[in-house]
Amino acid sequence: MKFKGTDRYVATEDLMVAVNAAITLERPLLIKGEPGTGKTVLAHEIAKAIGAPLMEWHIKSTTKAQQGLYEYDAVSRLRDSQLGDEKVHDIRNYIKKGKLWESFTAPERPVLLIDEIDKADIEFPNDLLLELDRMQFFVYETGETVVAERRPIVVITSNNEKELPDAFLRRCFFHYIRFPDTETMKEIVEVHFPNVQKDLLREALSVFFEVRETPGLKKKPSTSELLDWLKLLMAEELPVEVLRSRDPAKLIPPLHGALLKNEQDVHLFERLAFLARRERN
Amino acid sequence: MFINFFLQLRDAKLPCSLREYLTLTEALKAGVADYSVEQFYYLARATLVKDEKNIDKFDRVFGQCFNGIEFISEASEAEIPEEWLRKLAELALSEEEKKAIEAMGGFEKLMEELQKRLEEQKKRHQGGSKWIGTAGTSPFGAYGYNPEGVRIGQEGSRNRRAVKVWDKREYQNLDDSIELGTRNIKVALKRLRRFAREGAAEELDLDDTIRSTARNAGLLDIKMRPERHNAVKVLILFDVGGSMDDHIRACEELFSAARGEFKHLEYYYFHNCLYEKLWKDNRRRHSEFKPTFEVMHTYPADYKLVFVGDATMSPYEIAYPGGSVEHWNEEAGQVWMRRMLDVYSKAVWLNPVQEKYWDYTPSVQMMRELMENRMFPLTIAGLEGAMKELTR
Repeated sequence: MKFKGTDRYVATEDLMVAVNAAITLERPLLIKGEPGTGKTVLAHEIAKAIGAPLMEWHIKSTTKAQQGLYEYDAVSRLRDSQLGDEKVHDIRNYIKKGKLWESFTAPERPVLLIDEIDKADIEFPNDLLLELDRMQFFVYETGETVVAERRPIVVITSNNEKELPDAFLRRCFFHYIRFPDTETMKEIVEVHFPNVQKDLLREALSVFFEVRETPGLKKKPSTSELLDWLKLLMAEELPVEVLRSRDPAKLIPPLHGALLKNEQDVHLFERLAFLARRERN
Repeated sequence: MFINFFLQLRDAKLPCSLREYLTLTEALKAGVADYSVEQFYYLARATLVKDEKNIDKFDRVFGQCFNGIEFISEASEAEIPEEWLRKLAELALSEEEKKAIEAMGGFEKLMEELQKRLEEQKKRHQGGSKWIGTAGTSPFGAYGYNPEGVRIGQEGSRNRRAVKVWDKREYQNLDDSIELGTRNIKVALKRLRRFAREGAAEELDLDDTIRSTARNAGLLDIKMRPERHNAVKVLILFDVGGSMDDHIRACEELFSAARGEFKHLEYYYFHNCLYEKLWKDNRRRHSEFKPTFEVMHTYPADYKLVFVGDATMSPYEIAYPGGSVEHWNEEAGQVWMRRMLDVYSKAVWLNPVQEKYWDYTPSVQMMRELMENRMFPLTIAGLEGAMKELTR
């Protein structure tokens, strides 16, 4: 049951080692990296590759650790008691399972994705320490202990908005998805667009990496932006020559809206183009 | 097994604990990595490094620790043609050195010497990503030197990359031990926010009351909570232009972090010292400004006042009327500073200039006295000190 990437996802060797370590030792895997390098997609692909169901827990700034375990719906119990509903006598009717509980009791060993853990409060990871370590927790309302029948494969992604506590980090494997080099990028594009023209791809990639190299960009375009851009280029059926003509006056790549997401960056490019034009005259 | 390696990592100030080391051993026992150095490197990295800024450190230690091991384990695979190495050595070592090495004991020694040179080169050019020595100053003569060149010999072997992964040191620029970083600033600014939520419990907490009542099986259980204080209010005044241009990045980071952290954040700009005018847009500073008096009257005294500036100017700009470099000011800068500080009792000055240089500039001293010593360097530690001062 080794993860080797899928037909839709190119995994580098170091990523494979990290994923396999996490699967074998049943410890959480923490994934960091530039936005758009495929952190979230990784969990989907792991699930697909080993044929396990995927459970997703998307974290927001208001998410509490307890919500991943269970929630006690006191208000509906109160209402039921006023209405004289029979359900009211069993507290278990009002315990709502969270994602973690669901993944603990799933019939098959699932992949649990905890997405963007850094969005939550600073204490959030600490509140999940024991639960992720022992894969068990205690339900106060009913007095039962939920223990994972099979330890789920936990994938956690982070965008580095907050530093994660050391105690939490110690329990995880860590992988930083580096921005792919040209070769890997070619593989990735070919996986997504198998019938892309070779010369279009070559030109597009060189324009793309040039854009990334431009000093002073606020937001560098990443893999997902490149894929969007290529899709556009192919849909518009732009001739390759447009990309190839390195006319300094046309420094802004065609359909730049897919690559540059920030008006300051577009301005920067316009300024550079202007300077280039002036130099020429 | 790898205790030495582990200890060296810790010596290099890489935060890895015993627990992680045990995990690594466990993973090796479980056979996660096969018996190649690269796989071991990846596994060790995933286990022991938990922050991308530490990967570079890890690579360096790994390179030192396991130097040469690869040659032993894969010796049968990687036959290096001798003449290639000789060619390399010719490039790398001068005639006299070569003779000296021959006298020392031939080719084996030569390789060792080469290795030593390599180390030396790495140290001398630390920080550069390619270790290319500049012509003339490099001990290797006019050609310069590049470790990828060392690996020429290995191109002939099957499935071997020219450069070892960890020697590439691709994660170099992620090491952020010097940089301030918005994230760290935010954490430092948090101190202020926490303070804003304290107080006596005098407000009905409806949610909690319902929940507790329900838990009590319908018996009313009233819950109170402290009144939610308005989030802390901050007024930031930035010095712009002139000598502040060097610090623009740090200021930008501070500003963007503060913007995210405080709901009530007001900002204005000034130049060098505070006078009768403040403005919000630097391009239209001469047409759209706000009199300082008006600012003082607009924002109540419970605003916390933060100056950001290097306080580096001529002493006249603080002490005398008409001292400003930009316009004729009727009243001295220090008069305006005192007025401002009289209104806002909670005030600090953040100075992007390093603390050790403060004593050399008289105007910094003067400003510090005006601020009653509440001047802090714009570093994480300084920010924490400043926030503590503001919450006192």
